[in-house]
Amino acid sequence: MSVNNYIRERFFPHLWCPGCGHGTILNALLRTVESLGIDKSNMCMVSGIGCSARISGYVDFHSMHSMHGRALACATGIKMIKPELNVVVPMGDGDAMAIGGNHFIHACRRNIDMVAIIMNNRIYGMTGGQYSPLSGSGILATTAPYRSIDREFDATQLAMGAGATFVARTTAFHVKEIGSLLKKAFEHKGFSVVEVLTQCPTYFGRKNKFGGPVQMLEWYRDNTAPLGSKKLEENSDLIPRGVFRQVDAPEYCAEYAKIVEKAHKE
Amino acid sequence: MDPVSIRAQWCKGCGICVAFCPKKALRLENEKAVHNPELCILCGMCELYCPDLAVTVDKSQKKPQATREVANES
Amino acid sequence: MSHKTTPDICFVQGNEACVRGALYAGLRFFAGYPITPSTEIAEHLAEQLPRAGGRFIQMEDEIASMCAVCGASLAGAKAMTATSGPGFSLKQEAIGYAVMTEIPCVVVNVQRAGPSTGLATKVAQGDVNQARWGTHGDHSIVVLTASSVQDVFNVTIEAFNIAETYRTPVILLFDEVVGHMREKLVIPPEGEIPVVQRLRTEVKPGVNYHPYLPREDGRLPMSDFGGAHRYNVTGLYHDIWGFPTENPEQVDKLIHHLVDKLENRAEKLALWKEYYVEDAEHLLISYGSSARSARHLVETRRAKGDRIGLLELQTLWPFPAQLVREKTAKAKNIFMVEMNMGQVLAQVKQVVQRPDRVFLVNSMDGQMVTPADIGKIMRVVEGRGF
Repeated sequence: MSVNNYIRERFFPHLWCPGCGHGTILNALLRTVESLGIDKSNMCMVSGIGCSARISGYVDFHSMHSMHGRALACATGIKMIKPELNVVVPMGDGDAMAIGGNHFIHACRRNIDMVAIIMNNRIYGMTGGQYSPLSGSGILATTAPYRSIDREFDATQLAMGAGATFVARTTAFHVKEIGSLLKKAFEHKGFSVVEVLTQCPTYFGRKNKFGGPVQMLEWYRDNTAPLGSKKLEENSDLIPRGVFRQVDAPEYCAEYAKIVEKAHKE
Repeated sequence: MDPVSIRAQWCKGCGICVAFCPKKALRLENEKAVHNPELCILCGMCELYCPDLAVTVDKSQKKPQATREVANES
Repeated sequence: MSHKTTPDICFVQGNEACVRGALYAGLRFFAGYPITPSTEIAEHLAEQLPRAGGRFIQMEDEIASMCAVCGASLAGAKAMTATSGPGFSLKQEAIGYAVMTEIPCVVVNVQRAGPSTGLATKVAQGDVNQARWGTHGDHSIVVLTASSVQDVFNVTIEAFNIAETYRTPVILLFDEVVGHMREKLVIPPEGEIPVVQRLRTEVKPGVNYHPYLPREDGRLPMSDFGGAHRYNVTGLYHDIWGFPTENPEQVDKLIHHLVDKLENRAEKLALWKEYYVEDAEHLLISYGSSARSARHLVETRRAKGDRIGLLELQTLWPFPAQLVREKTAKAKNIFMVEMNMGQVLAQVKQVVQRPDRVFLVNSMDGQMVTPADIGKIMRVVEGRGF
């Protein structure tokens, strides 16, 4: 099947746990790249560290498995030298929002053309289930044995506040929506953020008695609603999904090309 | 030939495809997904859901009456 | 662009000489963050890099600057960042990444007094060991210094040449005085100083390219990100394709490769200058701006007939043990002149025949070590009082 043309088959089965949503996001991403007809040699993936970051080893793209939280900074260097590359940066929630938070807001601000995917499973999985800045209060984790008192924040709101020009959210349950939002993100010229709420059945689910992967996906099904839907209007407790923002703004590499031109004239 | 092929070596038996198949055409046997073509409408959801990239659906074999889509965008 | 045949002569700061050297060497990407006393490097490159067809970016922090350098170098550009003390601490993570992934790059550290914020505008040479061991884990790295504006220019070109040849980060360990002092700089016409171009793979598209398979000469041909070969880069121990491995044999092979490629070439990588070393009874060893004080003293004393000499180290790491052993063989007393608590002193003591005859002359107050400071210590050692 064609999606297999985009992966490094020899590394499968992958290392993610049974029922981990990261694989579903990889699945949707590959289909998006395929549907857009992007040549693999024009695809560059930069990831950080963590469960999510292992995604870069599985794709048959130019792939950089960088440092914890630093993927966007590394990707910025690549993109500035090779603006023609399609750069995609998948990150975990701790990766993107804690240790990489500063890089994240400034990549949003610069509006550099790349697709940032926040694979938000609300936990540090690779290290064994510590709470993340997106876990939220009241959550059990190995570092929150008495339940977390840390408040979470909304990654999409942060992205918008920092100036990202495409911001969207979906979940690992809404598999077609992941594809359609990623497609829009790739087509958008500027910094795109797609948050995908995903399940970590091994640590988050088990510790918090959320059940297995199926129950966690059902929770995302039942507790989210599309932007502008009646369902969301009637119940503000639901988590909104969809495109929060899509605006045109000067893109960083294009603006730098103008600087090069200007410098040559002066 | 079954239009839905499952790569048993890749399947980790998470049960997601089984749970969300609109026709209950999948089941787990010995912790691997198994497909029943009799019930299948080739909607392709299992292929999209599978976190292990283990499911492939050959939609070219799609029967004309099998048009039901899961309301996934809503 | 017209090719000049005459040298360019200017009067510039060390930091600007570094910029000119980097551009001469073919720098095409710089990412940085403002920090004293290195900021002028970023300022000049912001202006000059786009003219050279390169890219300049001021990142959100020091960490990001070093990361962007790694990315840009992988994409095919000769890349550099510049910083000072606290910023150098922050860059260590990504310097280690560049070591592990064998990304050629140059990191300038214009030293100021530490620890912590220390003395932001004052001179020191306290980062010698940090430059060697700042990032975690066993590794090797190249660290170069310079004591004049002209040397800053030349050594910067050499840093790029070494980085590209051996696929390694190279640290340019300057100091506040060298970075800020103004002197004459002669920039030779293009082509006069050899510039090493990146070795790119000749493996055809579609054929198996091994990014981490060293050739017989130890070099690893690269393939630009976005080019014909799609491969993986990871800070984990990896195989010849760049994919993570925990195989003990491969892990062992990689760490030895990373260390040996530089340590086994310590003598080849050794850059130095020497003044009256041949018959020197009193041999001064120094580097960076403190070498200027040492040289002043040596010239003055020589004029009076003293058998005194100076060995100026331009390569600090890998430590040029053989060189120091040879040059110090005849000296009765060795004076290590540096502006720290004896970081190079410890290395010198390990390799000389009489470690008890090695004396430290330092200053730790943010002021230059002066010829008078050196003279005082020498008098004490010679038994002539303070």
